Amino acid sequence: MSEGTLYDTVWDAHRVTTLPNGQDQLFVGLHLIHEVTSPQAFSMLNERGMEVARPDLTLGTVDHIVPTDDRSRPYADDAAEEMMQALEANAEDAGIDLLDPTTGNQGIVHVVGPEQGLTQPGKTIVCGDSHTATHGAFGALAFGIGTSQIRDVLATGTIAMDKKAVRKVEVTGELGVAVTAKDVILEIIRRLGTDGGVGYVYEYAGEAIEALDMAGRMSLCNMSIEGGARAGYVNPDETTYEWLKTTEYFTENPDEFDRLRPYWESIRSNADAEYDDVITIDGGELEPVVTWGTTPEQGVGITEPIPKPTALQEDKQARARDAQTHIGVEPGETMEGYAVDVAFLGSCTNARLPDIRRAARVVEGKHVHEDVRALVVPGSQRVSAAAEAEGLRDVFVNAGFEWREPGCSMCLAMNDDQLVGDEVCASSSNRNFVGRQGSSSGRTVLMNPSMVAGAAITGEVTDVRDLSTDDDTVGSQPGVSA
Amino acid sequence: MSDSVAVPSVTDVSGTGLPLRGNDIDTDQIIPARFLKVVTFDGLGQFAFFDQRYDEKDNPTDHPMNQPQYENATVLVVNSNFGCGSSREHAPQALMRWGIDAIIGESFAEIFAGNCLSLGIPTVTASAEAIVALQDWVEAHPTGDISVDIEEETISYGESTAIDATVDEGQRKALVEGIWDTTALMQSNQQAIETTASELPYIGGGKS
Ligand code: SF4
Repeated sequence: MSEGTLYDTVWDAHRVTTLPNGQDQLFVGLHLIHEVTSPQAFSMLNERGMEVARPDLTLGTVDHIVPTDDRSRPYADDAAEEMMQALEANAEDAGIDLLDPTTGNQGIVHVVGPEQGLTQPGKTIVCGDSHTATHGAFGALAFGIGTSQIRDVLATGTIAMDKKAVRKVEVTGELGVAVTAKDVILEIIRRLGTDGGVGYVYEYAGEAIEALDMAGRMSLCNMSIEGGARAGYVNPDETTYEWLKTTEYFTENPDEFDRLRPYWESIRSNADAEYDDVITIDGGELEPVVTWGTTPEQGVGITEPIPKPTALQEDKQARARDAQTHIGVEPGETMEGYAVDVAFLGSCTNARLPDIRRAARVVEGKHVHEDVRALVVPGSQRVSAAAEAEGLRDVFVNAGFEWREPGCSMCLAMNDDQLVGDEVCASSSNRNFVGRQGSSSGRTVLMNPSMVAGAAITGEVTDVRDLSTDDDTVGSQPGVSA
Repeated sequence: MSDSVAVPSVTDVSGTGLPLRGNDIDTDQIIPARFLKVVTFDGLGQFAFFDQRYDEKDNPTDHPMNQPQYENATVLVVNSNFGCGSSREHAPQALMRWGIDAIIGESFAEIFAGNCLSLGIPTVTASAEAIVALQDWVEAHPTGDISVDIEEETISYGESTAIDATVDEGQRKALVEGIWDTTALMQSNQQAIETTASELPYIGGGKS
């Protein structure tokens, strides 16, 4: 078993006891809730006549079903309105802060937690959503949980969990132009498979990871779950502290910052920590990665040929054949030139300010291809406002993009933002499963935000490095927070 | 906070059977995604296997769940890899609310079995042949009782048929000892919870 890692240290600090069923009971430092998975848990709590134990450590937002265009109440979709009202009532009854659209702080749950300064190193963070792994970017232990577990957390402020093994995923070197954290994680999943992380938590390390800004670290940790890992994290460092310092919570409580910093430093994995497994990837070799199939592991470098199913592991061949039929691609070709109908820049993986900035640099002065419907759905109202203040909204709107209100949108198509028929979507989201974007014949190609921008402009999957030959800033990682 | 809930131990389940044949039945079939847009699990029972139970014109099919002889069944008998796919807890919730108390099958998807356990529903496995024989028997005797003994790991039915079954060890312990409800288990550790919280530097006044 691992020893001396951040995972071990933070786990031990939160361990209340070992339960008779063999699991550890952990104290939960931050519980994030949203409208889709929480109402049933509140009902269960009511059935038992119990109250929310730690409303002070719980924060709500609305993201999955919220419309991204007309947000006047009641929402046009009755089911969405009902879910919103349930969340409002539950939050009000329990005394839980709710970041609804009137607050100016609403957004996707994994964007707003960090933005509010509540996602901090050394916390345990849970949410009824598998992409909770995102918060590991700050050196928190963050887990997606099921509805009965949400009830557990609401009722007791604690959660029952099995301890996992720790795999160190080391990415060495320096990432090339237009190669981002999204490409790194797609590459990790491509190499290890969507079940490669089962039984593990991932610690991301190495120069290429340390050089990432917080938005990049969030994109990386976000997709740990697509790689099968229960969670992923990056050890906190100066980049983390600098980011935290700028949040409202710590600008208002500067003493807290000074008081907590030693704790944050104390939880970093020891230099001689023991891991259950270590893998190393040369970050300098990577190029932008896009998917050619219907699972996130079916990815390929933009200039590389799509593999023959027979060249893959035996148990992956049938699925690869089905995927290539569904997507309509041939092995031996590259993904470059594959026509797209929709460009979606959004989701908790890639809808933060640096993502939008990077995409804007590609879009600036150009126009969306006439056959493409292109959408920017900022991750939160704050991201949206900041982007607007920098003039980025105008860049996109002038280029022919729709600029929407924040929410999950076409990432899972629970609102009206959906693919129609067999449309192809160049998407900055995290799942390319059949039907994920709202149409069972729809096709999703996952890629980084500037690649989505490139596809919107040319109407096909494009190596964005060719689009911006004299602008080597496309792939850079501005060290900014938002 | 209320007094802790008494968690019943589940040592045995008996009732009439519902045979549902087919391997790899996924949670999307058990409860289609469009029924997730709800605020409570309460009404989910009627949507269990909805797309299998109703055709495109909403006419009932001959799915076993539509047949009157199985109306009061509580023991679901399935084949292999039941409950694979998305981790939605809505799936076991829908089955439970339809009336299912226990599921017997050749094998179950891991997350699905875990979700069942959090509801106190045992997922008991037996050999492929034994399952098929049981499904045949249920079809011939829809009013006959099946008894599942979790502790002894046996399934008995009819005049005198008893078959060996397997219940995952952690699951068996949790069910038999009545420790499958983690809320109840954890609630009793109030003092230790407070001690742990008080030692965490970031837990303090207000939202931290
Ligand atoms: S943006 Fe997508 S992945 Fe993220 S929380 Fe919303 S639905 Fe889930």
